[in-house]
Amino acid sequence: MDKLVAQYSRPQHQNEFYSEQEQQDLTESVPPLSLKFALPPVDNHASFLRAMTDDLANPSCPIKLAHGTTTLAFRFQGGIIVCTDSRATAGNWIASQTVKKVIPVSRLSRGEDKPTNEPTPGLLGTMAGGAADCQYWLRYLSQQCTLHEIRHKRRITVAAASKILANLTYAYKGYGLSMGTMLAGVTPQEGPALYYIDSDGTRLPGNLFCVGSGQTFAYGVLDANYKYEMSEEEALALGRRAILAAMHRDAYSGGFINLYHVKEEGWVHHGFDDMNPIFWKTKLDNGEFSNVTSAL
Amino acid sequence: MTSLLGHPAGGEGIGYSFSQPTAAPVKQHGFYPYTDNGGSTLGITGSDFAILAGDTRSTSGYNINSRMVPKVFKIGGDDETGEGAHIVLSVVGFAADGNALKERLDAVVKMYKYQHGKPMSVSACAQRLSTILYQKRFFPYYVTAILSGLDEEGKGALYSYDPVGSYEREQCRAAGAAASLIMPFLDNQVNFKNQYIPGSGEGHALEQKKAEPLPQATVEQLVRDAFTSAVERHIEVGDHLQMMIITRDGIQEVFHPLKKD
Repeated sequence: MDKLVAQYSRPQHQNEFYSEQEQQDLTESVPPLSLKFALPPVDNHASFLRAMTDDLANPSCPIKLAHGTTTLAFRFQGGIIVCTDSRATAGNWIASQTVKKVIPVSRLSRGEDKPTNEPTPGLLGTMAGGAADCQYWLRYLSQQCTLHEIRHKRRITVAAASKILANLTYAYKGYGLSMGTMLAGVTPQEGPALYYIDSDGTRLPGNLFCVGSGQTFAYGVLDANYKYEMSEEEALALGRRAILAAMHRDAYSGGFINLYHVKEEGWVHHGFDDMNPIFWKTKLDNGEFSNVTSAL
Repeated sequence: MTSLLGHPAGGEGIGYSFSQPTAAPVKQHGFYPYTDNGGSTLGITGSDFAILAGDTRSTSGYNINSRMVPKVFKIGGDDETGEGAHIVLSVVGFAADGNALKERLDAVVKMYKYQHGKPMSVSACAQRLSTILYQKRFFPYYVTAILSGLDEEGKGALYSYDPVGSYEREQCRAAGAAASLIMPFLDNQVNFKNQYIPGSGEGHALEQKKAEPLPQATVEQLVRDAFTSAVERHIEVGDHLQMMIITRDGIQEVFHPLKKD
C-alpha cells in the first residue's frame, strides 16, 4: 500500500521552484512569442479576466489596461493612406499621448523600424482596442511573415497575412482579447490591399475602414469627401482631416496625428504631428470648425 | 434563474426527485488574488544617464505594513547585491507579483549573458519584458513596470509598460498611486508641455518650447520635488525615496528620507 501511495502521490513542494519546462523556457534562446499562457485557477477564466480588467463592465476594476482609439485606412488610386491618433487611455486616465498606433509588420528586421524618407517595404498594421493585444499579436504576425519570406523566397500577401491573424483571433475567441486592426500593403500579386481583422475573428477586405471609439466621426468626414481618383496630396489631407474630426469630438482620441502612405515601393511616413496647431490652422485658414470660438 | 426543484435543474441527467446529486456542484467563491500595495515610481532620462526612483512605503488598505520595501531593482547583476547590473526595473502595484516579475526577468537576463557571452541590450530586455507580461495575459501580473538603462549609443533609455505588456520608449514616466499627481508635473517640467517661448508670436502663433535632455542635477532635483509633493497629497506615498542613477560608470543607489505620516 505504501508503495502504491508513493507511486501515485507527489511531494508537496515539488512545484516550489521553476519546473523543468519553465527552466527550459528560460534557457532557450528563442522562446518569447510562444503560445502558452498562464490561466487563473478558476472555472471560468473569461469572467475572472472581465472582473479584473474590463472597466466598461466594471468601472472599479483593479487592473486598468491601456486602450487604443481612432484609426483609419483607405485605398485610393495612389496606394493606401493609413492614419491614426496617438492617445492611450486606462479608464478616464490618459495613459499616454505618444503611442505609435501604426506598426510595421513583415520585415526581416524587427518591428521597430525607424521612419525614413525612403519607402520601406512591408505591411502596416494598425492598433485599436487593447494596446498589448495589438502589439503582441502584430509582433507575432511579423515573425510569421518573416518565416514565410524565408520559406517561400517571396513576401507574404496581405490576404495571407490577414488570414494568419484572423485564424489566431478566432482560436482565442471568448478568451477576452480586444483588438480591431487593419492590415495594409501593396504586393505584386494583389496590388494595394486592405483588410480589417478584429478579436471576434472577423476578416474583411475593403476600400475604407475606420476603427475605434472615434470611428463614427472619422467615417463622417471620410464618406463625405472620399473619391478613389484623389491625388496623393488630397488623400493625405483627407486622412489627416478625418482623424482631426475624431480627435475633436471623441474624448478617447487625441494627441498627435500619425500619417502613413503605402505605395508600391513600400510605406512612407508623413509625420507625427501635434493636433493642436493643425486644429487652429484648419479652423482659421479654411473656416472649418466655426462652431469653436476663442471667446468664452 | 430560480429553480423550483430542491437541487439545481439541468446539469446531470433528468431531475428525478430521488436522484439527489451525490456531491453539490462546486461552488466558486470570489477569487481575488490581488492586493494593491500602493506607492509610486518615477523615471526620467537624460542624454547620458537615466534615473529610476520609487518610494519605499508598503500599504494595504489604510494600513502601513512596512516603511522599507524597495520597488526599484537591479536586473541581471552578478550576485544578490546586483553588482555589475546595467538594467533597472521598477514595479508598482501588487508587490508579490512585482517580485515574481523581477525574479523572472532577472533569470532571463542572466541566462542571456551566460548563453551569448555578452550583456543583454536594454531594447532586447524591454521587448522580452513585454512578452513575459503578455504570457500572463489571461491572469495578469497586477503591476505597472518601468524599465531603464542606457541604449546602444549610451543615451538614457526608459520603457514603460501596462499590466499585460504594451510598451513604449519615453523620456519620462510616473506610475502607481500618485501617477496622476506626478505625471502632469513631468509633462510640464521635462517635456515643456504648455510652455511657450515669450515674444515668439501672438495668440496661436506662439511657439512651443522645444524639449531638450536635462542635466543630471536638474533631474535629481525634479525627482525629489515630485516625491515630496506627492507625499503631501497621497496617503500611500512616503517614508523613503529610493533612487537608482544609471550612468556609464554603473548604477548608483541613493535613499532620501520622506515624511513618515
